Amino acid sequence: MAFYFVQFLTGLASAASLFLVASGLSIIFGVTRIVNFAHGAFYMLGAYVAFTLTERLSGALGFWGGIVVAALIVAVIGVLVEMVLLRRIYHAPELFQLLATFGLTLMVQDIVVMIWGPDDLLGRRAPGFRGAVDFFGQNIPSYDLFLIALSPVVLGVLWLLFQRTRWGVLVRAATQDRDMVAALGVNQKWLFTSVFALGVFLAALGGALQIPRDAVHHALDLRIIVEVFVVVVIGGLGSIIGAFVAAVLVSELNAFGILIFPKISIILVFLVMAVVLIVRPWGLFGKPEAAARRTPGLTVNPWRPLTSGERMMSISALALAATLPLFAGNYALTVGSEIAIFVVFAASLHFLMSVGGLASFGHAAYFGLGAYGVAFLAKAAGLPMMVSLLLGPVLGLLGAAVFGFFAVQLSGVYFAMLTLAFAQIVWSIAFQWVTVTGGDNGILGVWPEKWAASPANFYWLSLGITALVVALLRVIVFSPFGFALRATRDSPLRSEAIGINGKRVQWTAFVISGTVAGIGGALFAYLKGSVFPDSVGISLSVDALVMVLLGGVETVSGAVIGAIVFKAANIWLVSQTDLSKLVLGGFIVLMVVAFPKGIVGTLETIRNRRRSSKAKKSALVTSRIEAAE
Amino acid sequence: MKLQVADLNSFYGPAHILFDIALEVGEGEVVALLGRNGAGKSTTFRSIVGLVENRSGRIVFESRDVSREPTHAIVRGGLGYVPEERRIFTDLTVEENLEVGRQPKRPNAPHWTREKLFTLFPNLGEMRNRPGGRMSGGEQQMLTIARTLMGNPSLVLLDEPSEGLSPKIVEQMVDAILAMKNEGVSIVVSEQNLHFARLISDRAYIIERGRICFGGTMAELDARPDIRDAHLSL
Repeated sequence: MAFYFVQFLTGLASAASLFLVASGLSIIFGVTRIVNFAHGAFYMLGAYVAFTLTERLSGALGFWGGIVVAALIVAVIGVLVEMVLLRRIYHAPELFQLLATFGLTLMVQDIVVMIWGPDDLLGRRAPGFRGAVDFFGQNIPSYDLFLIALSPVVLGVLWLLFQRTRWGVLVRAATQDRDMVAALGVNQKWLFTSVFALGVFLAALGGALQIPRDAVHHALDLRIIVEVFVVVVIGGLGSIIGAFVAAVLVSELNAFGILIFPKISIILVFLVMAVVLIVRPWGLFGKPEAAARRTPGLTVNPWRPLTSGERMMSISALALAATLPLFAGNYALTVGSEIAIFVVFAASLHFLMSVGGLASFGHAAYFGLGAYGVAFLAKAAGLPMMVSLLLGPVLGLLGAAVFGFFAVQLSGVYFAMLTLAFAQIVWSIAFQWVTVTGGDNGILGVWPEKWAASPANFYWLSLGITALVVALLRVIVFSPFGFALRATRDSPLRSEAIGINGKRVQWTAFVISGTVAGIGGALFAYLKGSVFPDSVGISLSVDALVMVLLGGVETVSGAVIGAIVFKAANIWLVSQTDLSKLVLGGFIVLMVVAFPKGIVGTLETIRNRRRSSKAKKSALVTSRIEAAE
Repeated sequence: MKLQVADLNSFYGPAHILFDIALEVGEGEVVALLGRNGAGKSTTFRSIVGLVENRSGRIVFESRDVSREPTHAIVRGGLGYVPEERRIFTDLTVEENLEVGRQPKRPNAPHWTREKLFTLFPNLGEMRNRPGGRMSGGEQQMLTIARTLMGNPSLVLLDEPSEGLSPKIVEQMVDAILAMKNEGVSIVVSEQNLHFARLISDRAYIIERGRICFGGTMAELDARPDIRDAHLSL
């Protein structure tokens, strides 16, 4: 009994940091409507800065002062980020905001390693809380008790701040209607900045308070952000009480889940999240969400099928690509196959995101499931290659069917966070369930059969499948199903009113997209001859998003171009520099701020402008629809 | 001259909504902006306070060109705006709603306190701690006006204050607007209802498809039944 009680207290202590970070994320989202992906990075920075300060400063004052000063320093960094970056993208679609803040996260990861090195750092114990309290033979660290007491105090202070001060009233008003607050003479800019500073302060404090409990390392950011996303999805984005209750719930589920499913404890959290989403899609304490401001993919340049000239050009380009083995070496062919596979992957995400208006932040899950599917079939069941290639993606299909069912109940940022959380769950299973997946060691020896083993043959196989898949997706875009999907994307209400079952259409699109991603993953497994948890990882999901964005999210063919350019540049970049995350992160931020239409989108705009100036029409006709409120 | 608008053009995305709008409001005047649904009344107001980003033209308020200023700065300068959709903060109580609107005292404008507003709108005084979401439409309309007055404006843009209200509440609204006028607040009120406008206004403009097609005193408008019938539905 005592053991379970202590386990319960450990859960409560872990909830403290989770609550601090989640409440910060919630407060920021409430006012600015930005889901700050970089919140995990601020948490991590808080831990690192606190580590340095508490090492340098001595005594109890040095320790506690160091913790608070660390949080303040990071809050100042947050203010700079808000003023320099976020102010430029407050009106951008949610997808762009998530991506830009993710780019920031990538940059921070490399910067942190540059400053503090790649090794785990063990921080000082908290003065006055070094010992443990004995509870019927079980030890409870006294620092845990301190953390347990801290979170209700923080909750109380936040409550007073929001209920009893003019600033709090303004913030709550802005949470509901930002423009109206401005129309009453309140300078939103500084309100936003102050809210962001508070949110970042809370995140950094959460990180700083972890140093006596946990080693500081450069993967803290993603670990916490995924948990925080789960917390705010359960608790309701924008609700501080919700963040508190859900943080406790998730931490307790983790604490006890370890006892029940020691290998895959995250399953328990997932089940609870699924139940909450079915019963209350907007979270336990959240409010039903207004429709997304602007769905990705929405454009006033109407999509049209290829003209016969363009079709000829595409076929010639394909034929040209098919001649690569005649003059290129093995390395180039392997790179070519990889690029072709990523075209499939990007096209699958593009289908969901641009055509379906659903920006998935965890699309690698289905890519990876396809890869693992092939590995299981080929290695464990010993099936021939063609059969494995055909059946492997079925695992992606099944994953997409299950997760997609829950995900399409939501939209906008909730959809993005949920897909990310699902992908992270798949990743955890791949990583933790060593007996089946091989864990970190992966599954090796998934080689293609003889007929496809030569780089040239494998390249032709990849290219053929890619061409087939891309053509098929294009046909679907211009099929009645594609029209229904785009109608649901552009106006869920109107499409519902003409008898389209929006959720089912989106679910179907999700499954199609997941299956196609699985096809890419299946090929990828044979290309690499192995499967690792990386194939399910966040960075792969984000690569896919960047590919679609780079090509142009509002276009039909952008994903293909984006994938080719991105993958080629990426392979080259990784061979050139150790700081690839810094460069990639910076590139993502720059692209979102300066180049949001992507390559194909920009080309189309230029072409349309030229055409319309010939026709003496206003160039405005080609500009995009702003959210008409 | 309190407010002078000239050559105002506004766009929503690719759509051109307002064409060369020109308006003038004198010190202490109540001016009606009349027009049918969709004629451009709300867009005119939203453009004046800077809520429509894509606009051009001159907006001179108290001999200062405010057309380049952000919304909050325009409003802080003393130009109050009461939106058509009311947009009260439903999660906030009556008193908190008023707090959001509160601005410092201004030398050239009447000073409003909560107590003074509760005498002007007695209903509100009886529900100080009620959340805005649990008020009737009429009470919400009173609250939006009171909230804007908390900013001590010298000029108020009132967007369709009588819309959707019962005749009894409309009467109270007329009284409140006249009381504001007596305090010295200049008012531009947009209306579809000519009868309501006549009770409160000194002059009127008629807007149709984004263009001003008439401007004059109420008597001049009455002398032109052709204009009235062509542009206003009675």
